[in-house]
Amino acid sequence: MKTAITSTGNHLDSEFDLRFGRAGWFCILDEDTGKTSFIRNEQINASHGAGTRTVEKMMELGVGKVISGDFGPKAKELLEKFNIQMIILEDEQLTIKEIIKKIQN
Amino acid sequence: MPFKIAIASGKGGTGKTTFAVNLFRYLSQSMPGKVQLVDCDVEEPNDHIFFPEAQFEKLEKVYRLVPEIDQSKCTYCRKCVEYCEFNAIVVIPTVRFAEVNSSLCHSCGACIVACEDDAINEKPEEIGTIRRGFLPSGGRISGGTLKIGSSMQTMMIRELKKAVSGEAPITIFDAPPGTSCPVVAAIADADLIILVSEPTPFGMYDLKLSIDLLRELRKPFGVLINKSGLGTDELHNYLLNQGIELIGSIPFSRAYAGMYASGNLFNDIPEEVAFAFSEILHKLHDRILQHEGDHHSER
Repeated sequence: MKTAITSTGNHLDSEFDLRFGRAGWFCILDEDTGKTSFIRNEQINASHGAGTRTVEKMMELGVGKVISGDFGPKAKELLEKFNIQMIILEDEQLTIKEIIKKIQN
Repeated sequence: MPFKIAIASGKGGTGKTTFAVNLFRYLSQSMPGKVQLVDCDVEEPNDHIFFPEAQFEKLEKVYRLVPEIDQSKCTYCRKCVEYCEFNAIVVIPTVRFAEVNSSLCHSCGACIVACEDDAINEKPEEIGTIRRGFLPSGGRISGGTLKIGSSMQTMMIRELKKAVSGEAPITIFDAPPGTSCPVVAAIADADLIILVSEPTPFGMYDLKLSIDLLRELRKPFGVLINKSGLGTDELHNYLLNQGIELIGSIPFSRAYAGMYASGNLFNDIPEEVAFAFSEILHKLHDRILQHEGDHHSER
Protein backbone atom coordinates (compact mmCIF):
# COMPACT_ATOMS: atom_id res chain seq x y z
CA MET A 1 0.00 0.00 0.00
CA LYS A 2 1.12 3.56 -0.68
CA THR A 3 1.37 6.11 2.09
CA ALA A 4 1.70 9.86 1.53
CA ILE A 5 3.59 11.97 4.05
CA THR A 6 3.37 15.76 3.79
CA SER A 7 6.86 17.21 3.56
CA THR A 8 8.45 20.66 3.47
CA GLY A 9 11.13 19.51 1.00
CA ASN A 10 11.99 16.85 -1.54
CA HIS A 11 14.35 14.56 0.34
CA LEU A 12 14.28 12.21 3.29
CA ASP A 13 15.98 14.71 5.60
CA SER A 14 13.28 17.32 4.94
CA GLU A 15 11.05 18.25 7.82
CA PHE A 16 7.49 17.11 8.08
CA ASP A 17 4.87 19.62 6.80
CA LEU A 18 1.87 20.07 9.10
CA ARG A 19 -0.34 21.24 6.24
CA PHE A 20 -2.14 18.84 3.92
CA GLY A 21 -3.56 20.76 0.94
CA ARG A 22 -0.82 23.36 1.15
CA ALA A 23 2.12 21.12 1.94
CA GLY A 24 5.26 21.80 -0.07
CA TRP A 25 5.82 18.23 -1.17
CA PHE A 26 4.42 14.74 -0.74
CA CYS A 27 6.65 11.82 0.08
CA ILE A 28 5.05 8.71 -1.41
CA LEU A 29 6.17 5.61 0.43
CA ASP A 30 5.49 2.17 -0.93
CA GLU A 31 5.16 0.21 2.30
CA ASP A 32 5.69 -3.13 0.55
CA THR A 33 8.99 -2.29 -1.11
CA GLY A 34 10.12 0.57 1.16
CA LYS A 35 10.74 2.77 -1.88
CA THR A 36 10.09 6.49 -1.66
CA SER A 37 9.51 9.23 -4.19
CA PHE A 38 8.76 12.94 -3.83
CA ILE A 39 6.05 14.86 -5.64
CA ARG A 40 5.73 18.61 -5.64
CA ASN A 41 2.33 19.92 -4.52
CA GLU A 42 0.85 21.93 -7.37
CA GLN A 43 -1.92 23.27 -5.14
CA ILE A 44 0.37 25.01 -2.65
CA ASN A 45 -0.64 28.48 -3.85
CA ALA A 46 -4.20 27.73 -4.93
CA SER A 47 -6.54 30.46 -3.77
CA HIS A 48 -9.33 28.00 -3.05
CA GLY A 49 -9.92 24.28 -2.71
CA ALA A 50 -6.33 23.14 -2.23
CA GLY A 51 -7.48 20.35 0.09
CA THR A 52 -10.02 18.77 -2.23
CA ARG A 53 -7.67 18.92 -5.20
CA THR A 54 -4.99 17.26 -3.10
CA VAL A 55 -7.37 14.41 -2.29
CA GLU A 56 -7.87 14.04 -6.04
CA LYS A 57 -4.10 13.74 -6.40
CA MET A 58 -3.92 11.11 -3.66
CA MET A 59 -6.56 9.05 -5.47
CA GLU A 60 -4.68 9.41 -8.74
CA LEU A 61 -1.52 8.15 -7.05
CA GLY A 62 -3.37 5.26 -5.43
CA VAL A 63 -2.56 6.36 -1.89
CA GLY A 64 -4.35 4.49 0.91
CA LYS A 65 -2.98 6.36 3.91
CA VAL A 66 -1.96 9.98 4.49
CA ILE A 67 0.14 11.37 7.29
CA SER A 68 -0.14 15.09 7.94
CA GLY A 69 -0.55 17.69 10.68
CA ASP A 70 -4.28 18.02 10.16
CA PHE A 71 -6.95 17.94 7.46
CA GLY A 72 -9.47 20.63 6.57
CA PRO A 73 -13.18 19.78 6.67
CA LYS A 74 -13.63 19.50 2.89
CA ALA A 75 -10.55 17.32 2.45
CA LYS A 76 -11.54 15.18 5.44
CA GLU A 77 -14.97 14.52 4.00
CA LEU A 78 -13.53 13.29 0.72
CA LEU A 79 -10.77 11.24 2.32
CA GLU A 80 -13.40 9.50 4.43
CA LYS A 81 -15.56 8.91 1.38
CA PHE A 82 -12.71 7.17 -0.42
CA ASN A 83 -11.55 5.25 2.63
CA ILE A 84 -8.14 6.86 2.75
CA GLN A 85 -6.80 6.54 6.27
CA MET A 86 -5.78 9.81 7.92
CA ILE A 87 -3.01 9.92 10.47
CA ILE A 88 -2.33 13.11 12.36
CA LEU A 89 1.16 13.83 13.69
CA GLU A 90 1.73 17.09 15.50
CA ASP A 91 5.52 17.02 15.69
CA GLU A 92 6.85 19.31 12.98
CA GLN A 93 10.46 18.73 14.07
CA LEU A 94 10.42 15.20 12.70
CA THR A 95 12.12 14.48 9.39
CA ILE A 96 10.50 12.30 6.75
CA LYS A 97 13.13 9.65 7.42
CA GLU A 98 12.17 9.53 11.10
CA ILE A 99 8.48 9.22 10.28
CA ILE A 100 9.16 6.35 7.89
CA LYS A 101 11.20 4.63 10.59
CA LYS A 102 8.22 4.97 12.97
CA ILE A 103 5.86 3.42 10.43
CA GLN A 104 8.17 0.51 9.69
CA ASN A 105 8.63 -0.40 13.34
CA MET B 1 -32.29 62.29 -12.85
CA PRO B 2 -31.46 59.77 -10.12
CA PHE B 3 -28.62 60.61 -7.81
CA LYS B 4 -26.70 57.97 -5.94
CA ILE B 5 -24.37 58.61 -3.04
CA ALA B 6 -22.21 55.84 -1.58
CA ILE B 7 -20.79 56.07 1.92
CA ALA B 8 -17.58 54.06 2.15
CA SER B 9 -14.29 53.74 4.02
CA GLY B 10 -11.28 51.48 4.07
CA LYS B 11 -11.26 51.13 7.83
CA GLY B 12 -14.19 49.71 9.74
CA GLY B 13 -15.69 51.73 12.58
CA THR B 14 -15.01 55.18 11.11
CA GLY B 15 -18.69 56.10 11.06
CA LYS B 16 -20.09 55.04 7.70
CA THR B 17 -23.34 53.85 9.17
CA THR B 18 -23.64 56.80 11.52
CA PHE B 19 -23.26 59.19 8.63
CA ALA B 20 -25.40 57.18 6.19
CA VAL B 21 -28.37 56.96 8.55
CA ASN B 22 -28.10 60.65 9.45
CA LEU B 23 -27.95 61.66 5.81
CA PHE B 24 -30.90 59.42 5.05
CA ARG B 25 -32.95 60.79 7.92
CA TYR B 26 -32.20 64.38 6.96
CA LEU B 27 -32.90 63.97 3.25
CA SER B 28 -36.03 61.89 3.76
CA GLN B 29 -37.43 64.76 5.83
CA SER B 30 -36.30 67.53 3.48
CA MET B 31 -37.34 65.63 0.33
CA PRO B 32 -40.20 63.41 1.49
CA GLY B 33 -40.78 60.27 -0.56
CA LYS B 34 -37.73 60.83 -2.71
CA VAL B 35 -34.98 59.09 -0.77
CA GLN B 36 -33.93 55.55 -0.03
CA LEU B 37 -31.16 54.04 2.07
CA VAL B 38 -29.66 50.75 0.87
CA ASP B 39 -27.51 48.84 3.34
CA CYS B 40 -24.90 47.13 1.16
CA ASP B 41 -22.94 45.72 4.09
CA VAL B 42 -24.55 42.34 3.50
CA GLU B 43 -22.31 40.49 5.94
CA GLU B 44 -23.36 42.65 8.87
CA PRO B 45 -26.29 44.84 7.92
CA ASN B 46 -27.40 47.08 10.77
CA ASP B 47 -28.79 50.33 9.35
CA HIS B 48 -32.34 49.15 10.05
CA ILE B 49 -31.60 48.89 13.78
CA PHE B 50 -31.50 52.69 13.99
CA PHE B 51 -35.06 52.96 12.64
CA PRO B 52 -37.31 51.01 15.00
CA GLU B 53 -40.26 52.94 13.58
CA ALA B 54 -39.68 51.45 10.11
CA GLN B 55 -42.13 48.89 8.80
CA PHE B 56 -40.65 45.98 6.92
CA GLU B 57 -42.13 43.74 4.27
CA LYS B 58 -41.68 39.99 4.11
CA LEU B 59 -38.06 38.99 3.43
CA GLU B 60 -37.32 38.15 -0.21
CA LYS B 61 -34.99 35.27 -0.90
CA VAL B 62 -32.08 35.64 -3.32
CA TYR B 63 -30.85 32.61 -5.22
CA ARG B 64 -27.83 31.76 -7.26
CA LEU B 65 -27.32 28.84 -9.63
CA VAL B 66 -24.96 26.08 -8.61
CA PRO B 67 -23.85 23.39 -11.07
CA GLU B 68 -24.69 19.77 -10.46
CA ILE B 69 -23.03 16.93 -12.32
CA ASP B 70 -25.27 14.33 -13.90
CA GLN B 71 -23.24 11.18 -13.39
CA SER B 72 -25.22 9.28 -16.00
CA LYS B 73 -23.84 11.62 -18.67
CA CYS B 74 -20.42 12.51 -17.22
CA THR B 75 -17.46 10.96 -19.02
CA TYR B 76 -15.00 12.03 -16.27
CA CYS B 77 -12.94 13.99 -18.81
CA ARG B 78 -12.04 16.57 -16.12
CA LYS B 79 -12.47 19.50 -18.49
CA CYS B 80 -14.74 21.23 -15.96
CA VAL B 81 -12.06 20.79 -13.29
CA GLU B 82 -9.54 22.55 -15.53
CA TYR B 83 -11.94 25.40 -16.22
CA CYS B 84 -12.87 25.95 -12.58
CA GLU B 85 -10.89 28.87 -11.19
CA PHE B 86 -12.08 28.11 -7.67
CA ASN B 87 -11.18 24.40 -7.45
CA ALA B 88 -14.82 23.68 -6.67
CA ILE B 89 -15.10 20.50 -8.73
CA VAL B 90 -13.61 17.14 -7.87
CA VAL B 91 -13.53 14.47 -10.57
CA ILE B 92 -11.76 11.18 -9.96
CA PRO B 93 -12.08 8.97 -13.04
CA THR B 94 -10.76 5.78 -11.42
CA VAL B 95 -13.65 5.63 -8.98
CA ARG B 96 -16.15 7.35 -11.30
CA PHE B 97 -16.59 10.25 -8.91
CA ALA B 98 -17.67 13.74 -9.96
CA GLU B 99 -19.00 16.34 -7.55
CA VAL B 100 -19.30 20.11 -7.14
CA ASN B 101 -18.46 21.60 -3.78
CA SER B 102 -21.00 24.40 -3.58
CA SER B 103 -19.18 26.23 -0.79
CA LEU B 104 -16.23 26.79 -3.15
CA CYS B 105 -18.37 27.49 -6.25
CA HIS B 106 -18.78 31.12 -7.33
CA SER B 107 -21.54 30.41 -9.90
CA CYS B 108 -19.41 31.69 -12.77
CA GLY B 109 -20.77 29.16 -15.25
CA ALA B 110 -17.38 28.20 -16.74
CA CYS B 111 -17.91 24.48 -16.08
CA ILE B 112 -21.09 24.51 -18.16
CA VAL B 113 -19.15 26.00 -21.06
CA ALA B 114 -16.40 23.41 -20.53
CA CYS B 115 -18.66 20.37 -20.49
CA GLU B 116 -19.02 18.73 -23.90
CA ASP B 117 -21.29 15.97 -22.63
CA ASP B 118 -24.16 18.13 -21.40
CA ALA B 119 -23.64 16.59 -17.98
CA ILE B 120 -23.89 19.77 -15.92
CA ASN B 121 -27.21 21.21 -14.82
CA GLU B 122 -27.76 24.21 -12.58
CA LYS B 123 -29.94 24.26 -9.53
CA PRO B 124 -30.91 27.28 -7.43
CA GLU B 125 -29.38 27.74 -4.01
CA GLU B 126 -30.32 30.49 -1.57
CA ILE B 127 -27.54 32.99 -0.84
CA GLY B 128 -29.42 35.42 1.35
CA THR B 129 -32.41 37.67 1.79
CA ILE B 130 -33.47 41.21 0.97
CA ARG B 131 -35.30 43.28 3.57
CA ARG B 132 -37.38 46.21 2.35
CA GLY B 133 -39.26 48.71 4.41
CA PHE B 134 -40.26 52.31 4.78
CA LEU B 135 -40.34 54.99 7.42
CA PRO B 136 -43.52 56.80 8.47
CA SER B 137 -41.89 59.91 6.97
CA GLY B 138 -41.85 58.17 3.58
CA GLY B 139 -38.18 57.26 3.18
CA ARG B 140 -37.49 53.75 1.96
CA ILE B 141 -34.93 51.54 3.65
CA SER B 142 -33.59 48.22 2.41
CA GLY B 143 -30.69 45.90 2.95
CA GLY B 144 -29.33 42.48 2.14
CA THR B 145 -28.32 39.71 4.51
CA LEU B 146 -25.89 37.18 3.16
CA LYS B 147 -26.10 33.60 4.43
CA ILE B 148 -23.34 32.88 6.91
CA GLY B 149 -20.35 31.28 5.19
CA SER B 150 -21.44 32.25 1.68
CA SER B 151 -18.77 33.76 -0.56
CA MET B 152 -21.34 35.47 -2.79
CA GLN B 153 -21.12 38.98 -1.29
CA THR B 154 -20.74 40.67 -4.66
CA MET B 155 -23.70 38.91 -6.19
CA MET B 156 -25.82 39.62 -3.11
CA ILE B 157 -25.04 43.35 -3.36
CA ARG B 158 -25.79 43.43 -7.08
CA GLU B 159 -29.09 41.60 -6.61
CA LEU B 160 -30.03 43.98 -3.80
CA LYS B 161 -29.29 46.98 -6.00
CA LYS B 162 -31.28 45.50 -8.85
CA ALA B 163 -34.23 44.85 -6.56
CA VAL B 164 -34.42 48.43 -5.24
CA SER B 165 -33.35 50.38 -8.30
CA GLY B 166 -35.93 52.98 -9.25
CA GLU B 167 -37.63 52.95 -5.85
CA ALA B 168 -36.54 56.52 -5.17
CA PRO B 169 -34.76 59.22 -7.17
CA ILE B 170 -32.12 59.67 -4.46
CA THR B 171 -30.28 56.61 -3.20
CA ILE B 172 -27.76 56.34 -0.37
CA PHE B 173 -25.62 53.21 -0.37
CA ASP B 174 -24.00 52.26 2.92
CA ALA B 175 -20.96 50.28 1.71
CA PRO B 176 -19.09 47.54 3.57
CA PRO B 177 -15.60 48.42 4.84
CA GLY B 178 -12.46 47.51 2.90
CA THR B 179 -11.21 47.82 -0.66
CA SER B 180 -12.18 44.52 -2.24
CA CYS B 181 -14.95 43.24 -4.52
CA PRO B 182 -17.96 43.87 -2.23
CA VAL B 183 -16.91 47.52 -1.86
CA VAL B 184 -16.53 47.90 -5.61
CA ALA B 185 -19.99 46.37 -6.09
CA ALA B 186 -21.45 48.79 -3.54
CA ILE B 187 -19.96 51.95 -5.06
CA ALA B 188 -19.73 51.05 -8.77
CA ASP B 189 -22.79 53.01 -9.90
CA ALA B 190 -22.58 55.90 -7.42
CA ASP B 191 -22.45 59.51 -8.64
CA LEU B 192 -20.59 60.59 -5.53
CA ILE B 193 -18.66 58.61 -2.95
CA ILE B 194 -18.10 59.93 0.52
CA LEU B 195 -15.15 58.32 2.25
CA VAL B 196 -15.58 58.50 6.00
CA SER B 197 -12.26 58.65 7.79
CA GLU B 198 -10.88 59.39 11.22
CA PRO B 199 -7.74 61.36 12.08
CA THR B 200 -5.77 58.41 13.47
CA PRO B 201 -2.78 56.60 11.92
CA PHE B 202 -5.08 53.64 11.17
CA GLY B 203 -7.70 55.87 9.60
CA MET B 204 -5.05 57.59 7.46
CA TYR B 205 -3.52 54.37 6.26
CA ASP B 206 -6.82 52.82 5.24
CA LEU B 207 -8.08 56.06 3.70
CA LYS B 208 -5.10 56.10 1.35
CA LEU B 209 -5.98 52.59 0.20
CA SER B 210 -9.56 53.68 -0.47
CA ILE B 211 -8.37 56.74 -2.37
CA ASP B 212 -6.13 54.54 -4.54
CA LEU B 213 -9.14 52.35 -5.27
CA LEU B 214 -11.42 55.26 -6.20
CA ARG B 215 -8.78 56.89 -8.38
CA GLU B 216 -8.33 53.62 -10.21
CA LEU B 217 -12.08 53.38 -10.69
CA ARG B 218 -12.17 57.07 -11.71
CA LYS B 219 -15.03 57.81 -9.34
CA PRO B 220 -15.82 61.27 -7.96
CA PHE B 221 -15.29 61.34 -4.22
CA GLY B 222 -14.79 63.50 -1.18
CA VAL B 223 -13.66 62.81 2.37
CA LEU B 224 -15.61 63.30 5.56
CA ILE B 225 -13.49 63.48 8.70
CA ASN B 226 -15.32 61.91 11.59
CA LYS B 227 -14.21 62.07 15.23
CA SER B 228 -12.17 65.14 14.36
CA GLY B 229 -10.10 66.52 17.21
CA LEU B 230 -8.73 63.06 17.95
CA GLY B 231 -5.22 62.35 16.75
CA THR B 232 -3.37 64.81 14.53
CA ASP B 233 -3.80 67.31 11.69
CA GLU B 234 -2.02 64.97 9.29
CA LEU B 235 -5.27 63.95 7.63
CA HIS B 236 -6.31 67.55 6.97
CA ASN B 237 -2.92 68.38 5.49
CA TYR B 238 -2.95 65.27 3.37
CA LEU B 239 -6.31 66.14 1.79
CA LEU B 240 -5.10 69.66 1.15
CA ASN B 241 -1.89 68.51 -0.52
CA GLN B 242 -3.68 65.95 -2.62
CA GLY B 243 -6.39 68.38 -3.68
CA ILE B 244 -9.11 66.12 -2.31
CA GLU B 245 -12.44 67.66 -1.41
CA LEU B 246 -13.19 67.80 2.30
CA ILE B 247 -16.92 67.21 2.64
CA GLY B 248 -16.79 68.27 6.28
CA SER B 249 -15.62 67.42 9.78
CA ILE B 250 -17.64 66.02 12.62
CA PRO B 251 -16.04 66.56 16.02
CA PHE B 252 -15.38 63.65 18.32
CA SER B 253 -17.85 63.61 21.15
CA ARG B 254 -17.79 61.06 23.90
CA ALA B 255 -21.45 61.74 24.61
CA TYR B 256 -22.40 61.03 21.00
CA ALA B 257 -20.34 57.82 20.96
CA GLY B 258 -22.29 56.76 24.04
CA MET B 259 -25.59 57.45 22.27
CA TYR B 260 -24.50 55.38 19.28
CA ALA B 261 -23.64 52.54 21.63
CA SER B 262 -27.17 52.54 22.94
CA GLY B 263 -28.64 52.54 19.42
CA ASN B 264 -29.80 56.13 19.52
CA LEU B 265 -28.37 58.47 16.92
CA PHE B 266 -30.99 61.11 16.43
CA ASN B 267 -32.22 62.54 19.69
CA ASP B 268 -30.41 64.86 22.09
CA ILE B 269 -27.37 65.10 19.80
CA PRO B 270 -24.59 67.13 21.45
CA GLU B 271 -24.67 70.65 20.06
CA GLU B 272 -21.26 70.67 18.38
CA VAL B 273 -22.04 67.38 16.61
CA ALA B 274 -25.50 68.54 15.55
CA PHE B 275 -24.04 71.76 14.17
CA ALA B 276 -21.40 69.92 12.12
CA PHE B 277 -23.96 67.46 10.81
CA SER B 278 -26.44 70.12 9.79
CA GLU B 279 -23.79 72.04 7.88
CA ILE B 280 -22.66 68.96 5.96
CA LEU B 281 -26.15 67.64 5.33
CA HIS B 282 -27.28 71.03 4.12
CA LYS B 283 -24.37 71.20 1.69
CA LEU B 284 -25.12 67.75 0.32
CA HIS B 285 -28.79 68.59 0.01
CA ASP B 286 -27.92 71.61 -2.12
CA ARG B 287 -25.58 69.53 -4.19
CA ILE B 288 -28.30 67.02 -4.98
CA LEU B 289 -30.73 69.81 -5.91
CA GLN B 290 -28.07 71.29 -8.14
CA HIS B 291 -27.55 67.91 -9.79
CA GLU B 292 -31.29 67.70 -10.47
CA GLY B 293 -31.30 71.30 -11.71
CA ASP B 294 -28.41 70.67 -14.08
CA HIS B 295 -30.28 67.80 -15.55
CA HIS B 296 -33.45 69.84 -16.05
CA SER B 297 -31.56 72.57 -17.86
CA GLU B 298 -29.93 69.92 -20.08
CA ARG B 299 -33.38 68.96 -21.20
